[in-house]
Amino acid sequence: MQLVLEKRAERSNAIALVSPLIAIGLTIVTMTILFAILGKNPLLALQAYFIAPLTDGYSLQEIAVKATPLVMIAIGLSLCYLANAWNIGAEGQFLIGAVAGSWIAVKTQGTDAGAWVLPAMLVLAAAAGALYALIPAICKVKFGASEILTSLMLVYVADLLLDYLVRGPWRDPNGFNFPTTAEFDPVATVPLLIEGGRLHLGSIIALLVVAAAAILLGRTIKGFEIRVVGAAPRAARFGGFYANQLIILTFAVSGALAGLAGIIEVAGPVGHLQPGISPGYGFTAIIVAFLGRLNPIGILIAGLFLALTFIGGEQAQIAMKIPLDVTKVFQGILLFYVLACDSLILYRFKLVFPNRQVTRGAG
Amino acid sequence: MELVEAIILSVLAASTPLLIAATGELVTERAGVLNLGVEGMMIVGAACGFGGAWLTGSIFIGALFGIIAGTLMSLIFALMALRLAVNQVATGLALTILGVGLSGLIGAGFVGERITPAAHLYIPGLTDIPLVGRVLFGEDAFVYFSIALIIGVWWFLYRTRAGLILRACGDNHVSAHALGYPVLRIRTLAVMFGGACAGLAGAYLPLAYTPFFIPGMTAGRGWIALALVVFASWRPGRLVVGAYLFGAVTILQLHAQGWGVGIPSQFMSALPYLATVIVLVLLSRARSGGSTAPAALGTVFVPDR
Repeated sequence: MQLVLEKRAERSNAIALVSPLIAIGLTIVTMTILFAILGKNPLLALQAYFIAPLTDGYSLQEIAVKATPLVMIAIGLSLCYLANAWNIGAEGQFLIGAVAGSWIAVKTQGTDAGAWVLPAMLVLAAAAGALYALIPAICKVKFGASEILTSLMLVYVADLLLDYLVRGPWRDPNGFNFPTTAEFDPVATVPLLIEGGRLHLGSIIALLVVAAAAILLGRTIKGFEIRVVGAAPRAARFGGFYANQLIILTFAVSGALAGLAGIIEVAGPVGHLQPGISPGYGFTAIIVAFLGRLNPIGILIAGLFLALTFIGGEQAQIAMKIPLDVTKVFQGILLFYVLACDSLILYRFKLVFPNRQVTRGAG
Repeated sequence: MELVEAIILSVLAASTPLLIAATGELVTERAGVLNLGVEGMMIVGAACGFGGAWLTGSIFIGALFGIIAGTLMSLIFALMALRLAVNQVATGLALTILGVGLSGLIGAGFVGERITPAAHLYIPGLTDIPLVGRVLFGEDAFVYFSIALIIGVWWFLYRTRAGLILRACGDNHVSAHALGYPVLRIRTLAVMFGGACAGLAGAYLPLAYTPFFIPGMTAGRGWIALALVVFASWRPGRLVVGAYLFGAVTILQLHAQGWGVGIPSQFMSALPYLATVIVLVLLSRARSGGSTAPAALGTVFVPDR
């Protein structure tokens, strides 16, 4: 018995729509098996993962808070991937944005700096993220170095830089030797949307980013260029679209968005700079981008779904002592199923039995 | 002199996992498959390798567990990227994301446990020779195995018919298919070999490098191994040079601390990653005339019958 792919005459739009749902369904079946292997009641575990976080206001806000960086980063990554530029280092651009923005917060700490502080932090973080992303983009365009490997290597560098700063020059002298900066001043903090709640201005910014990306891709020549360069590089050259320029542009935009997400996370939910500000947002955003079909609205939905798995994972850990790593396994499996189901858009799967093949060959 | 000996020994130890993982990926890429999941296969190999050794008390069984774990992981990749013709870059990333989670899950029970690391060879007389004795005749079995492995791969690729066919699949899968070679089966085997090597390279870390397991202990070595294959221009000989160079950079960072160099440790730790970026740039630039990569590397092949 052998699995054979048969190319469809044209891509199946029906499957393009339902394939993320099939993928989620298959992931849940797989997770049920995994929970059973771990000796946990699968129904209770699934309830803790997917239902419980949706039932109270605090968790709902928390989902929006977690989805904010995921959506912002994934929108940027989707532009890169559409243009066939493989930015894998969003995690590093996120960290660099957090560091650059925090620089202003740390330097103005305790001074009577005005309301300009937060906007300046956001701008600087976006610029730093963009510049950091430009390193692999320029190495790719100028020298042909694999942007996959260089952008990824820079994640480790950013991580170490952050570690150095919070253990060294920026460490809070009153922090009991913990590697962290002091809590940011109110002027250096992202304002909350609901008094006493968790929802903050960053979520609005993320929604604006989604809207901007939808307009860019759906209504502008630039968006068209990005999609043509990715889908048909040869045709793009005839059309006078240059892949190299788009690599630079999409990397810069995705770096800026990741950097912005970084400072929003630090100046918002976290409140100070410290190691471990990201539970792998930059990598999870890759899954969000694919699950959302590289489409802005799809990414918004996918971001909320992945955020649900983060929150559900925490609740499952507290309620049922399910290890947090299960969330990462879940996310990895989900990405596999999403990619496998995508294959259904272009191909039909067929099982071929060797003996039948022989008779067909003979006849 | 003792210091020089100690440095050479630690460079060899730091280079060995890079060499093993990169050798596996070299074969995979020579068959035309770009598997970016090396880091994921390595880290699962580390968790399973430590688990196997801790449960049985045998380093050999630990290594075997690592190999099996890496191979199983690579089979997921082969199913996705070869049989289902999914984009190889995305599949490789998915494999790494899954691997990081799985290794945390598998390894959770072993954190804080210790094992006796792989013994170093001791041949009375030979190992006692000053200067070269311990370096040449006092390594652990993995070091010798890694050298045998790369020599074996060189011989296979350039001196056997099977190696020629494998390279043909990597350079032109359409022609190889037309000549009647089972491209997908050959690629699957190459991916499995890469997985086995990555699993073993991961297992090396808790079995010989440090006697314990911590989550995330591969620390990007899988990615550096991928860069090494580019560095080596897909040639086994240069791969050895590259792996030892990178091992040396890693060790430089550790020893700089000991020598009291006044640079923050984080900057020294960033060296291997920065070196990777610089090396990739310099090499790609030097090679701008024409790529030496296998021509079909990373491209999807769906046989039409």
